Amino acid sequence: MNWLASMVGDQLPVLQVIVPLLAAPLCIILRRRSLVLPFAIIVCWAAFGVSVALLREVLEVGAITYELGGWAAPWGIEYRVDALGAFVLLFVSGIGALVLTYAPRSLIDEVPAGRHYLFCTLYLLSLTGLLGIAITGDLFNVFVFLEIAALSSYALIALGGRRQALPAAFQYLVMGTIGATFILIGIGLMYQMTGTLNMVDMADRLPAVEGMRTALVAFGFLTVGIALKMALFPLHVWLPNAYAYAPSAVSAFIAATSTKVSVYILLRFMFSVFGLEFSFEHLGLGRALMPLALAGIFVASTVAIFQRNIKRMLAYSSVAQVGYMVLGISFATATGLTGGIVHLFNHALIKGGLFMAMGCIMLRLHSVDLDEMAGIGRAMPWTMAAWALGGLGLIGVPATAGFISKWYLIQAALEQGSVLVAVLLLLSSLLALVYVWRVVETAFFREPSERAREAREAPLSMLVPTWVLLGATVFFGIYTAYSAGVAEQAAEAVLRGLP
Amino acid sequence: MIESIFDSALGLYNYWVVIFLMMTGFYIVISRGNLIKKVIGLNIFQVSVFLFYITVGKVSGGTAPITAEGFEVYSNPLPSVLILTAIVVGVATTSVALSLVVRIREAYNTIEEDEIYAQDDPR
Repeated sequence: MNWLASMVGDQLPVLQVIVPLLAAPLCIILRRRSLVLPFAIIVCWAAFGVSVALLREVLEVGAITYELGGWAAPWGIEYRVDALGAFVLLFVSGIGALVLTYAPRSLIDEVPAGRHYLFCTLYLLSLTGLLGIAITGDLFNVFVFLEIAALSSYALIALGGRRQALPAAFQYLVMGTIGATFILIGIGLMYQMTGTLNMVDMADRLPAVEGMRTALVAFGFLTVGIALKMALFPLHVWLPNAYAYAPSAVSAFIAATSTKVSVYILLRFMFSVFGLEFSFEHLGLGRALMPLALAGIFVASTVAIFQRNIKRMLAYSSVAQVGYMVLGISFATATGLTGGIVHLFNHALIKGGLFMAMGCIMLRLHSVDLDEMAGIGRAMPWTMAAWALGGLGLIGVPATAGFISKWYLIQAALEQGSVLVAVLLLLSSLLALVYVWRVVETAFFREPSERAREAREAPLSMLVPTWVLLGATVFFGIYTAYSAGVAEQAAEAVLRGLP
Repeated sequence: MIESIFDSALGLYNYWVVIFLMMTGFYIVISRGNLIKKVIGLNIFQVSVFLFYITVGKVSGGTAPITAEGFEVYSNPLPSVLILTAIVVGVATTSVALSLVVRIREAYNTIEEDEIYAQDDPR
């Protein structure tokens, strides 16, 4: 048994990617709904298990490297897991598993039964792509995994029941492809200068050529491409419709993971590859990101207040939340980065949970319109209580996870002496309060609409995962060793640079 | 002096072609409302990047990277291999895009962007 454990232990990094990758085509072969869904759920939990083992190992012994096919880096492709990567792997696979466990009941309602096996295939492929981005140490690999994740999510979004899902998916495809191609151009220019694709090797060789204009052009293309992918204001236009019209389970999964992974790419490229000095001191990336982040927070939160479709409202709130993460990064200090990274995690839990609660409402109400939701709190108290809990997290009320992130961000702002930014952060929470309260008030204190009167509480198979995720936001609001603690380590690792 | 201008204008003509195609494709994606034209623009945009990678791999005077007697200088094969992957990605993107266009046409009976949005929220 021991040799088996040690053998599996050595192969963990590649298993993380290859398990969901190989399982995806198997879903097409299995085909039968009753087989495919349990199989995909087991695969997702296995991926989660691997990421837990990886994080434990990384926290104990530091960064792990893995040479694919035994080809030594920098010639072969190298997988590289450090504290930041392991942290991202953990919550992406965890939320992926939880959302798929929740999905079956909601799928029956929203996706024709004949397409469920295709849904599972796409879902696993998307998960593969996202995990691959977080684990690889090879620049071109990042592009390939990015496209695997993106292409499968376009198709997943297009599975949405209403026809608006189709133009939304198309718009996402166009903008996502432009973003990915920009990243490809940036990687090409970097390769042209250094002749390597390995991140560690690249970080080594870049300083010699950093004065050249090619480096600046590469940096520009990468920044814009990544900003498109992570929906940084004002490049967020693809996001609201894509999240609003996708099937509920897809919204929950993509909203919780995909923009976060793009933020991870930003961290990787700007800190690990280009280096803090070049990106922030020489080029002033922080000065460029901060106004965009703040503008995103305020504009998107304000737009969210006026949305009638609550999934769309949550999507706009996601744009605002990306602003918080980028704001933390733009400080380029240990505290700021910790705030940004821990918000990746916290927001993934909160937004994943909120979209799952919306899935419960969609199941019973067949609508996510605010007017239809009037009085739904009486018919579906558990669902709406979970929603309200998530809403508190979005606002950043103490004892929720959202508070922890904002606490770090405000501290980082004060450390740098920018009281203005700290005040703006507090004010922005008021905007969140407005859009969260609008829903809570309508759901609990209005006379029930006709549909709401007939609605019943969501089934346990959906309620339990929703509560697990939103319960976790309270848990991580009080007990932060595994969120902020790991984020701090990740931030330090990022600031130290590679290797 | 004249030689250096000549070099940057003609010696780098591959790059000029890349930039021209890149901007053309990008402009088509932004300016056209017809979804098929958008897909075409996206393709031109992607192809320009393929050309760029292949250009990067060319070593002047180098031959194909197959070891043979009498040849010392070889072109770098790696960018071509990378772009093979990117071409596959491009084909996949195009096929997903086109199948979305087909379904959009079924649902809206048009592939003009403004008409699609006008149908969903008539003002």
